[in-house]
Amino acid sequence: MAPDLRTRLGNVELPNPILTASGCASSGRELAQFVDVSKIGAIVTKSVMLAPRAGRPTPRMAETSSGMLNSIGLQGPGIDAFLQRDLPWLLSRGARAVVSIAGSTVDEYAELAARLSDAAGVTALEVNISCPNVEHRGQVFACDPVDAGAVIEAVRARTRYDVPVFAKLSPDVTDIVAIARACVAAGADGLSMINTLLGMVIDTDAVRPALAGMTGGLSGPAIRPVAVRCVWQVKQALPDVPIIGMGGVMTGRDALELMLAGASMVSVGTAVFHDPSACVRILRELDDELARRGVERLSEVIGLAHEMRAAGRSMGTVK
Amino acid sequence: MTASEHESASGPLQVRGTVLTVRRVDAYHAITIVAPGIAARFKPGQFVAVAVGGPDTSMLLRRAFSIHDVRPDHGGTVEFVFAVTGRGTRWLAERRARDVLDLAGPLGRPFPVPRDPVSCLLVGGGYGSAPLFALAGRLRERRCSVDFLLGAASGDRVFGALTARRTGRSATITTVDGSLGVRGIVTDMLGQVIHEARTDVIYACGPMPMLRQVTALAGRYDIPVQVAVEESMACGIGVCMTCVLPVVGSDGITKMVRSCVDGPVFRGEQVRWDDAGTIPFDAFGAPGWESRVRRGQWPGQPGQLGEPGPPPGQPGQPGKPGQSGPPGQSGQSGQSGQSGQHRQASPARRQNHGA
Repeated sequence: MAPDLRTRLGNVELPNPILTASGCASSGRELAQFVDVSKIGAIVTKSVMLAPRAGRPTPRMAETSSGMLNSIGLQGPGIDAFLQRDLPWLLSRGARAVVSIAGSTVDEYAELAARLSDAAGVTALEVNISCPNVEHRGQVFACDPVDAGAVIEAVRARTRYDVPVFAKLSPDVTDIVAIARACVAAGADGLSMINTLLGMVIDTDAVRPALAGMTGGLSGPAIRPVAVRCVWQVKQALPDVPIIGMGGVMTGRDALELMLAGASMVSVGTAVFHDPSACVRILRELDDELARRGVERLSEVIGLAHEMRAAGRSMGTVK
Repeated sequence: MTASEHESASGPLQVRGTVLTVRRVDAYHAITIVAPGIAARFKPGQFVAVAVGGPDTSMLLRRAFSIHDVRPDHGGTVEFVFAVTGRGTRWLAERRARDVLDLAGPLGRPFPVPRDPVSCLLVGGGYGSAPLFALAGRLRERRCSVDFLLGAASGDRVFGALTARRTGRSATITTVDGSLGVRGIVTDMLGQVIHEARTDVIYACGPMPMLRQVTALAGRYDIPVQVAVEESMACGIGVCMTCVLPVVGSDGITKMVRSCVDGPVFRGEQVRWDDAGTIPFDAFGAPGWESRVRRGQWPGQPGQLGEPGPPPGQPGQPGKPGQSGPPGQSGQSGQSGQSGQHRQASPARRQNHGA
């Protein structure tokens, strides 16, 4: 029997828990050439900023073992173009839109939230406070509990009551639980983790950094154990807070792993570069993984590894 | 074939194609894959993005290669040419008949072809010449004359010299070491070939420095030039934003456009070659852009990528497009500006990051 994959995100029911990851699916239009975007749980858009932004110089990308570095720098046309063009397009295709927002100041985040609150059809906001491709670390709000809380509080205050606000966290911190707590205390309805890890590649022939921006965000299966650890720790500390898990998910098995650690939804990012139809494939594989284990409802597996551990049982009890 | 055809009958497909042959061609490899859907949709200048390394690969990024040729046998085959420069291309070179490859294509905007029978010069550097032969076929169908100017470091790196000699009205070869044709680089011979062939339109594909010089020389002769750029890309379908180039649109606005979906074919004079690898200060969304908006030089809200923006109100805009493409150009790929609403993903040729 096919397991029930439906899941709730705020007031909206998603048909399944597989989402795109911000920055890896643009606003869905390109992927629509390869998959039906309404079949994906939700499209998490590339982070939208208030003003158009040209991003960082090239080279912006370097492949690494089981991963990649990117240094895009939030290139995008800004909120006006997003509201005029991208959001209506997503809705016209029957897709659910989780809008990722990014700003340089607390006020910018707040204004973005206000603009999006006036628009119909926003399923949730994901607040990107953890993009590593900025001028200096002081701009990464997610590295400091007070800064992170300030952004989330401002966004929550300006966002419609029925639109959930998720804070996207960085793994590049000493204690991710402290940041998670600060965000939840500031009003976050859920947490997304993890953003990329700050990394660097040096071209040993040219003897210089491979990226023009020197450092970039590391993504791909190379970082999946870090994501599993972060989700695990936060789920342990804040068991009632919904988590969107992401970080190197390539297969249905990987999605299940993050769910067992505590994620109720899973975003697929770098895998989309490798396989434009990855979201739909992973969804099919997740379905198989659950069916094979006799799982009837998705909710049964979310955080299950915590319960199993507490009960002293092993996964061997799952068929 | 995956579930991908609902969007558009002309858009790209993601397919698993069976390898027919892998063969060495001088310093390069050519691989032929059965992929009927891609072959049927192909237009010269477009590319494929190929997954490498097999299942559970540690190489996540697709490699982009311009399509050399398509043939009707086996329902439709696609061939591309590559050099082994790293792990990914080495893996590709080791493929054998009946292996299966995952490829997405055809991607990118193709070369626009003239409506009238004009004199076309096709300039290729290294295996950058690969997409020019299918283009030559399309041009001859339009009763255009085709001259070739191909160059490389050495004779074994000039891809398609024989075909060029056999099928071109003329074929000029240059090699840096003098092992084939004239010693030198293609731009040494460009002026002479233009004179002799009375060239009306230039098409060029090869390394960026070559494209830049060809564009500069074409400008001197006031000849329109279409270039297919090589930028490294991660996805090839327009989502990763790594392959951007500063390109001046028909509205006079410089945008960081994606080589994969807004190119890989551009009008040469629209590319800000001197600024490639940088974010020009006045580019859309760059710091200088914002101050310009504040000064009120651009009325209204700028359109986003690919949409017609406000009229160019700025005299002396660097790299402002002079003319509107080759004479009698059919505009089959919508040459105005970069890419409209509909994005057929586009190709960036050649392997991404040298792997």
